Amino acid sequence: MSQKQTKLRQSLPAKGDSGRGCFHCGEPCADGSFLLEGKPFCCFGCQTVFSLLRENGLEQFYQLQSAPGTRIRAASAAAKWAFLDDPVVAEKLLDYADHAQAKVTLHLPAIHCVACVWLLENLFKLHPGVGKSQVNFARREAAITFSPGKIKFSELAALLASIGYEPQFTLGGTEKAKPSPLAKKTWLQIGLAAFGFGNIMLMSLPFYFGLDTFNGPWFKALAGWLGLAMTLPVVAFSASDFWRTAWFSLRQRRLTMEVPIALGLAAIYLSSVWEVLSRRGPGYCDSLCGLIFFLLCGRLFQKKTYDRLTFDRDYKGFFPLSVMRKTVAGEEAVAISRLLVGDKIILRNGELLPADARLVGGEAYMDYSFVTGESEPVVCEAVRHLYAGGRQVGGAIEVETVKPVAQSYLATLWNHEAFRKNRDHDLDSLTNRYSQRFTKLVIGVALATEVFWIFADAPKALKAFTSVLIVACPCALALAAPLTHGTAQRILARRKIFLKNALVIEHMAEVDTIVLDKTGTLTTAGAGGVAFQSAKCEVQSAELSVEEGAWIASLARHSTHPNSVRIAKALGAANLPVAGFKESPGCGIEGEIAGHKILLGSRAWLEQCGVAAREDARPTSGSAVCVAIDGSLRGAFALENSLRPEVAQLLSQLGDRFELALLSGDNEREAVRFKKLFGERALLKFNQSPADKLNFVRELQSRGRKVMMVGDGLNDAGALKQAEVGVAVVEQIGIFSPASDVILDAAELPRLARVLEFSRQGARVVRAGFVISAVYNLVGVSIAAAGLLAPIVCAILMPLSSATVVAFACGATAWLGRRLQVDKLPVEGSVRHNLQPSAFNLQPIAKEAA
Amino acid sequence: MSVVIILIVASLAVALLFLAGFVWAVRSGQYEDTLTPSLRVLAEDPAQTKQNPISETKSSNQ
Repeated sequence: MSQKQTKLRQSLPAKGDSGRGCFHCGEPCADGSFLLEGKPFCCFGCQTVFSLLRENGLEQFYQLQSAPGTRIRAASAAAKWAFLDDPVVAEKLLDYADHAQAKVTLHLPAIHCVACVWLLENLFKLHPGVGKSQVNFARREAAITFSPGKIKFSELAALLASIGYEPQFTLGGTEKAKPSPLAKKTWLQIGLAAFGFGNIMLMSLPFYFGLDTFNGPWFKALAGWLGLAMTLPVVAFSASDFWRTAWFSLRQRRLTMEVPIALGLAAIYLSSVWEVLSRRGPGYCDSLCGLIFFLLCGRLFQKKTYDRLTFDRDYKGFFPLSVMRKTVAGEEAVAISRLLVGDKIILRNGELLPADARLVGGEAYMDYSFVTGESEPVVCEAVRHLYAGGRQVGGAIEVETVKPVAQSYLATLWNHEAFRKNRDHDLDSLTNRYSQRFTKLVIGVALATEVFWIFADAPKALKAFTSVLIVACPCALALAAPLTHGTAQRILARRKIFLKNALVIEHMAEVDTIVLDKTGTLTTAGAGGVAFQSAKCEVQSAELSVEEGAWIASLARHSTHPNSVRIAKALGAANLPVAGFKESPGCGIEGEIAGHKILLGSRAWLEQCGVAAREDARPTSGSAVCVAIDGSLRGAFALENSLRPEVAQLLSQLGDRFELALLSGDNEREAVRFKKLFGERALLKFNQSPADKLNFVRELQSRGRKVMMVGDGLNDAGALKQAEVGVAVVEQIGIFSPASDVILDAAELPRLARVLEFSRQGARVVRAGFVISAVYNLVGVSIAAAGLLAPIVCAILMPLSSATVVAFACGATAWLGRRLQVDKLPVEGSVRHNLQPSAFNLQPIAKEAA
Repeated sequence: MSVVIILIVASLAVALLFLAGFVWAVRSGQYEDTLTPSLRVLAEDPAQTKQNPISETKSSNQ
C-alpha cells in the first residue's frame, strides 16, 4: 500500500495542495508531528519559518500563494557564512560599502513566485539592520541595503538562508554579476532611432503637404542637411547590428537574411546624401530612421518572446528525474529539482550526477563522456570534487552535493554533439540552405525591379528597389517553426514530458512505426510479487538463508534495472560491501560479497558464465532472474509482471494509426498475452539483446520507416539513439539516458497517443505559419515591385507580419495544449479524490491490495 | 519666415533634452527589469500601505 501511495503522490503536482502538504513548502508531510495552529508542516524548519514570519507580521506571504516557501533544511550553521566577513571577500561581493551602510546584490535561486518578491522586499521587518531591498525576478536577484553596524554580512546571508533563500555566491570567476549591457544597448538604439524618426518627420511636414515652395530652396537645403546629420548616429549606432551581421555573413561568403536589409539601408542613405549634395531634395532620411526604428521594435519583440520561452524552460520545465537521497530514516527518492546543497545521495551504476558533489563513500569511477567526450572512466579519490554530468560506472557510491542542481546545464549536456543523431536532413542546414537561395532570389528581384523602373520611370527606381529588399525579409518565415516548437516543448514539459530540444516535435510528427520495450516500459517495476524458487539440488534447502538473502540484496541494490530494484526491495535492506561489481546490460550483474561470487541475471547469461543450468527451475509466469552463488545455480526469482494501467487502451489507440512492434529481453512465455494486446499485425520479438534491438530498428529504417523507440534507456540505449525519436520512460528513479530525445514520466505513458497527435497538429501549425508569412511576402513584394509601396510602409508591414506569425504560432499551440490538458482532467480528478483524507482512502486501497 | 529657424532650434533643443532624459533612464537601470514591478503591484494591499511610512523612513534613512 505504501508503494501505491508514493506513486499517487508522485503524480500529483508537488505544490499547491495545501490541504495535505506542508503549509509552508507544500511537500507531503510524513507524519502529523509538526502542527501549529492547525496547520501541518513537513519539518521543524518550515514550522520555524512560519512562526518567524507570523511574529513579524508577514503572514501575507501565505495569502499571496499557497505553500510558497522552499523546504528548509536543519538551520544552516552561521559559521558557514563566516567567510563573508573577511574584508577581502566582502569587498569583492559588495556593490557599495561605507561605515554606515552597505549594498549587495545577491543571487537567490529560490525566488519563484509573487510571494517571494513580496517577502524579500519586506525583509526589513525581520531585522532592524536591513534597509531597502529590491528584487529582480527574471534574474533571481535581490539588491539589499543594510547597515553593517547592526547586521553583519554573514548574518544577513544566514537570515536569508533561514527563511529559505540561501544566497549563491560565485567566488572566483565573476565576482559581481554584471548587468547585461546588451539589453541597455537595445533600448538606447531604439530610443535614438525614434528620436531621429520623429524629428526628421517634423521637419519634413512642409514637404509632405507640398509647402516646400512656400519656404524656398534654402529651407529644403537646411532640412536636408539637418536630416543627414541626425540620421548619421542612427545609421552608425542604432543600425550597427545590421551592418555587423551582414559583414560577417559576407566575409564567410554566405548570404544570410541580413544582407538584403543592410543593402537596402545603405542604398537609402547613400541616395539621400546624393540628393542633398546635388540640391535635388531633402532625401529620405525620415523613411530611413523610421525603417530602422520599426526593424528594431520587431527584434525586441522577438527577443522578448524567446526570453520568455527560455525562462520557462530553465526554471519550470524540470527533468522528471529523481535520485536516491539518504535520510536519517533510510533512503527516499527525490526529484532532482528538489535536491538541496548538502544532501547525501546514492548513485548507482549508470546514474548521472545531477550536481557537483563530494565523494563520501564507495569507489567512484566517473564516466565524463557527456561532458568531455572521453569515454574512459576516471577513478576518483574520496577528496576529489565530482562534476555534474558524470556517470557512475560500477557499484553504488554515496556523495554529498556541494552545488545546486543546474537544470539548464543538464539540458546542455543532453544536446551534446556526441548524442546528436546522424541525419542527413538536418533542419539547421536546411534553414541555412533555404535562406541562401531565398536571399539570392530577393536580390535578383530587387535588381530586376530597379532596372525596369530606370527605363520606365527613373525617379521611382530607388524606392521600388529598397521596398522590395525590405519587405521581403523573411523574419516571419524564420520565426514560425522555433516559436511553435518552443511553445509545444513548454506545454509538454509541464506534463512531465521532457523534450531534448524543440526540433524533436517535428520528428515526432513524422513517426509511423512505434517499437516498444517490455520490461520497465509496458510493465511496471515494483508491483506484483517476487518469489524464489530453489534449484533442485541435494545439499541446498528450498528457501534462501538469511545470509544468502543479504548477499543477493546487497548486490542487487547497486543496479537500477527494475528487476534488481524489485529483488533488492523484496529481500530487505542489507548493505554489505560488494567487490568487483559489474553490470552487463541486458544480461545481469555480478560481484563478490563476503568471499562469495554471486551472479544475478538471465539464464542464458549465466550459462555463458559457466553455470550449469537445469530445466526444472523455470517459473511458470513472469520474468525469471536466475542466481548463482560460487558458480552453481542456486535458483531463480520469479517476478510477476503487471502491465501499467491503461496500456491496453493505449495500444489499441496506437494500433489504429501506427505499426507496432514489441521487443523484449525476456523469453516467449508471455507471447500469447502480448499478441492479444498488440493485435495480429504487430511484430513481437523475444529474447532480444541490446544489439538485436538496435539492429531491428536499423532494419525498419532501411525499409524507409520512421521509427519511435520507447524504452527505459537501460539496455536499449543503442536503439533509442538509432531511432528517429527515442523515448525514455522513467519511473521514480530515472537513469538519465542522453541517447534519448524524450524523457517521459511513466505515469504519462498512457497519454502517448495524445502526445503524438499533438505533435502532428504542431507541425500543421508551423505549416500554416509558413503560409501566412509567404502570403505576406508575396503580396508585399509584388506591390513593392510595382513601385506603389514606400520603404517606410514596408518597414511597418514587416514587423506586423512577424507579429501575426508569432501570435498565431504561440496562440494556436497553446490552444492545442489546453485541449491536451482537458484530456487529462478526469484522471487527475480521480487521483486527487483517492488522496483526500487518509481515513477514507484506506478502504479502497485495502480492497485493491486484497 | 525666418521664425521657422527659431522654432526648429527650440524643438530640437526640447527633443534633445528628452533624448538625454531617456539615455539617463536607460543608464540608471530603469529598463533593466520590466518583470518584477508587474509582480510587485500584485502584492500591494491596503493593510500594507499602512505600514508604508515605516518603509519610507527606513529607506530614506539609508
